[in-house]
Amino acid sequence: MGAGGIRIANLSKRFGEGDTAVLALKEVNMEVAPGEVVGLIGPSGSGKSTLLKCLGAVIDPTAGRMILNDTVIYDDGWKVRDLRALRRDQIGFVFQAPYLIPFLDATDNVALLPMLAGVANGEARRRARELLAALDVQHRAEAMPTRLSGGEQQRVAIARGLINRPPVILADEPTAPLDSQRAMVVIRILNDMAKRFETAVIVVTHDQKIIPTFKRIYHIRDGVTHEEAGAGLGFD
Amino acid sequence: MISLAGRDILHAWGKFIFTGVGLGLLIGVTLIMAGVYRGMIDDGKVLLDSSGADLWVVQKDTLGPYAESSSLPDDLWRSIRAVPGVAQAANATFLTMQVRKGDRDVRAMVVGIAAGDPGTPGWPPHLVAGRQITRGHYEAVADLATGFGLGDVLKIRRNHYTVVGLARRMVSSNGDPIVFIPLKDAQEAQFLKDNDAILMQRRRTEANPAFNRPGVPGLLDAVTASQTTNNSVNAVLVRIRPGFTPEEVAEPIRRWKRLTVYDRAQMEDILIGKLIRTSSQQIGMFLAILAIVSAAIVAFIIYTLTMDKIREIAVLKLIGTRNRTIAAMIVQQALVLGVIGFVVGKITATFAAPLFPKHVLLMPSDSIAGFFAVLAICMLASVVSIRMALQVDPAEAIG
Ligand SMILES: Nc1ncnc2c1ncn2[C@@H]1O[C@H](COP(=O)(O)OP(=O)(O)OP(=O)(O)O)[C@@H](O)[C@H]1O
Ligand SMILES: [Mg+2]
Repeated sequence: MGAGGIRIANLSKRFGEGDTAVLALKEVNMEVAPGEVVGLIGPSGSGKSTLLKCLGAVIDPTAGRMILNDTVIYDDGWKVRDLRALRRDQIGFVFQAPYLIPFLDATDNVALLPMLAGVANGEARRRARELLAALDVQHRAEAMPTRLSGGEQQRVAIARGLINRPPVILADEPTAPLDSQRAMVVIRILNDMAKRFETAVIVVTHDQKIIPTFKRIYHIRDGVTHEEAGAGLGFD
Repeated sequence: MISLAGRDILHAWGKFIFTGVGLGLLIGVTLIMAGVYRGMIDDGKVLLDSSGADLWVVQKDTLGPYAESSSLPDDLWRSIRAVPGVAQAANATFLTMQVRKGDRDVRAMVVGIAAGDPGTPGWPPHLVAGRQITRGHYEAVADLATGFGLGDVLKIRRNHYTVVGLARRMVSSNGDPIVFIPLKDAQEAQFLKDNDAILMQRRRTEANPAFNRPGVPGLLDAVTASQTTNNSVNAVLVRIRPGFTPEEVAEPIRRWKRLTVYDRAQMEDILIGKLIRTSSQQIGMFLAILAIVSAAIVAFIIYTLTMDKIREIAVLKLIGTRNRTIAAMIVQQALVLGVIGFVVGKITATFAAPLFPKHVLLMPSDSIAGFFAVLAICMLASVVSIRMALQVDPAEAIG
């Protein structure tokens, strides 16, 4: 033990009861080490989002076990008490759409998370600007989201996912709105951050361009996962 | 922590200002409404104050002289003056009518005041221009609100009056400005018949053998004269001597003269409690409707603002924002709308009040109460939006 990262064992999720019940996840097993970026690939309706929602502590699994960063967060019906704090402190989210808060500028969109956790405004903003610089958008730090390009918005959203240095990042189709060049930049950033902060990253994707970048890929179909080695085309 | 509400408002300030101004006009109307009501009460009090009376003696079992008609013989005041504790007693008549000046006419309350010195009950206490009535006939003192000026000639019924003095804030409980004229003239105006009616009555009297007796010279003339003079007044206004309570003085008048006597408090009760009651109920209804409309507007705006942000709220919840923080954001926005609305409303009311024909009295206490009512309404109006925001599932932020 003490390895950190994400460990999922026999995780199942059933929606509904009786005849209309949908078994979205069937005894899923998955392991992501700190510093590792894995791909999660599957057709529409295969259960990708459901898995991220379980890991992201926004829906409860039906059975199984989830361990984040050496902490059991779910074990056959038992779960940690403060899911809100868990999400805030342990998990970084990156979505297909950036979903930036429209009335906050880029810096404050990122700084909001540490502020919510009680960090002073000045310190939170300093950390936000540092991270925006690392993501190459420091020149847009004062801009409102509507004034940012799609790629800039996505990088700000990634900065928001990373700002609290969560041990886990869950990214749902983070490259979908981007051209292939921008998509590669995002994947590079996720790889860099994973290494720098020892973060376990799961990237859900359909995107053929980025699939070759993963060293390990989980295929999911009808709620069942199969692990597979990827090409792992170089971010070393 | 930064103020989410504040940032959102700065971001969407146009929406807030526009809604705030719209709400403000509504609040302005509400404050004016309350001001009209206060003005009516104030008019009533000023009417009673300026009459200079401590007691109003009126026809038995009537609510006169302002709320009901009352008729008393005009020589009654002498015996009332003899009652212990009475300092002054004076006849007065009250008649609301159109007063003509040239081709214009003004609705006014014509008050007939007894001859005497300034300070006699019923007389206007202060003049802003000119002098009090000194002659027994055909002079008038008018309230400024009539629009009349010194030297103007007014026509009341068939007679002409010259305005010799101007008073301020002398209005009836309906808000009609007062025109003071000598009592004798007022009595005549009140009961004056037109020429045809007089001729007809004279003819009838002449035809009646009981009155037209050639053997009794002068009888017919005396009867005719008595028919065309009026010996009634509406009330006797009484000022009491220091050291007497109103009740001490009123009691014997009630008992011995078989009259109804009201003191100041009772008169106020009649004016405000009875005469103004329907108006105040009407205004109360308006206030309730305006409050509901304001609440609906605030609720609707806050609701659409929240609806617009539903995705962001899901994201905020997903990244660990407390429900409290989100609820506070919505309430604060509603309160800011309320404050903008109140400020706009207060300014509107202050500038619009003097333009109203009736006396609009804006009381600071009403403004303060209104302010808190607006805040309460805004908080209430944000409840629906808060409930909706709290029901947002953070899972919605994930595809
Ligand atoms: N709240 C829900 N209630 C009932 N069934 C659900 C619910 N959410 C998902 N499902 C079902 O679970 C299955 C997996 O859905 P999920 O959203 O995880 O798919 P996905 O792999 O993310 O698909 P996509 O690529 O289209 O986003 C689907 O059959 C879906 O209909
Ligand atoms: Mg999905």
